[in-house]
Parts: sequence; C-alpha cells; structure tokens
Amino acid sequence: MKRLEELFFKCLMIGSTVVLLSVLLYILFVVIEKGLPSLSWEMISQIPGGGFYLGKEGGILNAIIGSLYLIFFSVIISLMISVPVVMYLNFTLRRKSRFAAFARLTFDVLFGIPSIVYGAFGFTVMIFFGLQASLLGGIIAVSMLIIPVMIRSIDEVAVLISPDLVEATKSLGATNYETLKVIIRQLLPGISTAVLLSIGRGIGDAATVLFTAGYTDSIPTSLTQPTATLPLAIFFQLSSPIDEVQNRAYSAALVLTIIILILSFSARYFSRRLSKNKI
Amino acid sequence: MELIIDPLISEVPKSKVKNPSRSLKTHIIVEKLNLFIQGNHILRDINMSIPDKSITCIIGPSGCGKTTLLRAFNRLHDDSVDVKITGKLFVDGEDIYAKDTEVTHIRKKMGLLAQRPCPLPMSILENVVYGPRIHGVRGKRKLYEIARNQLLAVGLWNEVKDRLKSPASRLSLGQQQRLCLARGLAVEPEIILGDEATSALDPISSKTIEELFLSIKEKYTVVLVTHTLRQAKRIADYVAFMYLGELVEFGTSDQIFNHPKHQLTREYISGGFS
Repeated sequence: MKRLEELFFKCLMIGSTVVLLSVLLYILFVVIEKGLPSLSWEMISQIPGGGFYLGKEGGILNAIIGSLYLIFFSVIISLMISVPVVMYLNFTLRRKSRFAAFARLTFDVLFGIPSIVYGAFGFTVMIFFGLQASLLGGIIAVSMLIIPVMIRSIDEVAVLISPDLVEATKSLGATNYETLKVIIRQLLPGISTAVLLSIGRGIGDAATVLFTAGYTDSIPTSLTQPTATLPLAIFFQLSSPIDEVQNRAYSAALVLTIIILILSFSARYFSRRLSKNKI
Repeated sequence: MELIIDPLISEVPKSKVKNPSRSLKTHIIVEKLNLFIQGNHILRDINMSIPDKSITCIIGPSGCGKTTLLRAFNRLHDDSVDVKITGKLFVDGEDIYAKDTEVTHIRKKMGLLAQRPCPLPMSILENVVYGPRIHGVRGKRKLYEIARNQLLAVGLWNEVKDRLKSPASRLSLGQQQRLCLARGLAVEPEIILGDEATSALDPISSKTIEELFLSIKEKYTVVLVTHTLRQAKRIADYVAFMYLGELVEFGTSDQIFNHPKHQLTREYISGGFS
C-alpha cells in the first residue's frame, strides 16, 4: 500500500511537470514556427513604413525600443520606491507591527489587481492632469503595476534576515544607515529576483499601456511623446485580416520572448554572482 | 522553595562612582540598574563593578537575565520597544545611558561576540575591516595591515591568508567565530562582550576561543555570559552569579567557587539547580 502511494505521488509529480513543460514548449514552438519565417533584419531594425500594417515594408523597432525604454525606467522607479518600503516594513517597524501587517495585505491586494485596472486608473489620472498618452504615462502605469510585485518578492527575502546580522553590524558601531547598507548587500540576490519578476510582468503587459502609453510608428524622443510597445504591436497586428501581418505578430512575439529570455538569463547570472557573499 | 536574597555584596563605594578612573581598576560600573521588558521586571537593582583587564564571567540559570545585562552594556536594547531602563551604567566613568552619549561611540568601545557567529555578507577581508572602515580608516594598505594583525591575533591568518577574498560564510563555524572576534578587535575596543560565545561550537573550537580570551585579557576587559560552570572555572578571574534578575554574589573566581558566601550560590555551583 505504501509503495503504491509513493508510486502514485511520484507519477503525479512527474506528470504535472511534463504537462507544464509541454504546454510551454508548445507555445514556444508555435511562436517560433509562425514567427521565424517573417523575422528578418528589416523587422527588428526599421520602424514601420507606409502600408506596414497592410503587409508592406518596415519593422517593429519602434515597439522594441518603446518597450525597453518603458521597462527600464519603470524598474528603476519601482526599485527606488520598493527598497525603502521593504526596509521600513522590516527594519524600522517592529516585527509584529499591525501597520506592517496591514501594509502587506494591501500590497497583496494590489498584486492581484488586473493590469487593465492600472491602465484605466493611470488614464483617469492623466486626464486629471491634462496629459496625453505618453512614454511618461506608460512608465507611471507600469511602475504601479510592478511595485507590488517587487515589494512582495523583496519582502519575502527580507523577513528571513536574522536579527543577529543587524546586531552584529550595530555592535561594531555602525549607524542605522550603515546597517541598512549591509542588509541591502545581503538582500541583493532577492532584489535581482524581484527585478526579474517585475520585468517579466511589466514588459509583456498590454492592458496597462493601452491607454497610457498610446501607440505610434516613430521612436519617442521625449517623455511626453506616445510610444509603441511590443505587446500592443502583437495585439494590433494579430487582429489584422491579412496573413502576412498576422505572421509578423508572431515574429514580434518571438522578439519579446527572446528579450525576456536574455533579461532573465542575465538576471540569473548576476544573482549568482551577487549571492556569492550571502550568509 | 522561598528565596530570600540578601543585599548585594558588590556595592561600589559612592566616592568611587563619582570619579571612577582607570587607576581604580574598575572599567564598568553598574549602579542600581533596573530593566523592564513589557512591564516585566527583568533586572532588579543590579550593582556591580567590573575590573579592568580581566575576565569576568556572568553565570546563573537560564532566564536569570545574564544576556539582558550583557546587552545593556552595549545599549543593544535601544532598538527594542517596550524596554525601560533605569539606573546608571558607567564605562570609563562615562554614563552610557546619559542623554548626550552617542550610541555608536559606546558600541565602538565594545566588541560583541554572539552565541552564533554572524559574519557580514562580505569577503573575509572585508569583514575584518568593516569596522575600521565605517569609523573612517582609509587606504588599502592600512586596512590590509589591520586585517592581517587581527587575523593573526585570533590565529586565523594562516588558515585564510590565501583566500581573503572568498566569502566569510564559507568558513567553518569555529573559524567564523574567530573571524567575528577579529572583526570586533579591529575597531580597537576596550571591552569584549561574549554572549555564550562558545556554545554553538565544537569542543576544539571552543577551546581555541577560550584560549583567545585568556590571551587578550592582558589588553582588554572581557565580560562573558556562560552556561557552563566549568568554562567559568577555567577562565574567569571574577564571577558574577545572577538569579531571577538579581545579582546574588560577585567576587573572584576563588571566592565564588571555593568559598561562596551565599546559600544560593553554593547550591548552584554544586549543581543543585540549573
């Protein structure tokens, strides 16, 4: 009986892993199969020409650059907000503070809010301030989307930091600020995982940027100009009736996937290097 | 069993408290120290004077307030809420709980060795020079010299000299504890506090640490909290016996272990309770 039980759970574990992996591989396969034939140098090095959306010449450089701009600035802004928040929750407030518990609950709720809501909220805020759809609007909306992700994932590592480390540092005569710097060193691998997760969530999201960043065929040169993004490039092209344009949507998806893969591998690499000194 | 605790033996004459100096050979003076955690009276009217350049062991059963007292020396209770401290604590004649005393200045005077070694998330070298660096020592060569001297002092140099850049976390527990001691010594403290510093270590490593304490007491005042009576017997010059938050008896190692005055002390050192 025990052996049957063991066998059952073993099969269950292997089964679910295989199912998950095959779904993932199938998605990748479809994207590559449909996207690769229309992926060309022209596709990633040019902005859309006239008639691009009818299947004529041009590329999606505007969306690639737009997405990179957007995620880069959003991640920086979110880091600047999330790290101090986590420090405050864990090292200034008491461990069992009610306020901290309430704050964590709030971030969990924010985590679960659908991205379209952030997009819509960002849009109303922009209308209030009289802003047009722009790179800036997109950055703000995407930051709002990824801040809860970042806070929660850094927080999860921060709660594991032992009070001994804080005491060891302080007993050497370190000020609070110097102590926080030591803590951040210990947190670096966690922070890099958080950045990775946020990039994954932020760069692939279409709903947040739909109203806030807008769409344009040119590469933005200032924060107040609208910008194209890869998820929207996929969305618009996929809804076209023309086959060729649809295939270009898949190649845009392939580009997006490759960008995410490159970013995750580099994040993993840095994370491993950073965790070298972790205790 | 009803406990009656006599007035303390180790009272410091008032005239000495006003102007304690090194010539009196007392380094730390505790005066009527009371400490409350969440309203519970943890330390009760502690009076003691800890002599300079010697090893003082604080012994007593679990929960008697040994560690709380030790942490009070270093003002580590500052960050905990619900802790109230009354009374005075002088180090070098300076009241460390006075309003204008800077906490970093106090902590720089004392190196703390915790129960479990806690290296900082840095390399071995950076761990040792962290303290000097935050206190303003600059220059690669100078810092390297400091690290070398302190690592030599704790007998770790030969073991780590070829891998100073590798993470401190890769060392064994015993080595880590010695590294922590070196790190503490590097800020040039006057006092070394040890909170059961050998309890997490294997016998050989704890022996090394004990020997280190014996060798550094020429230069530093060492205050140790210990659970093991045998350790106190081996290395202590002075012993403080605490029970239920009170200091029952304070005296030289010989006084406490061979001629205890107090009934409770007698019972504790003969293993009557623990």
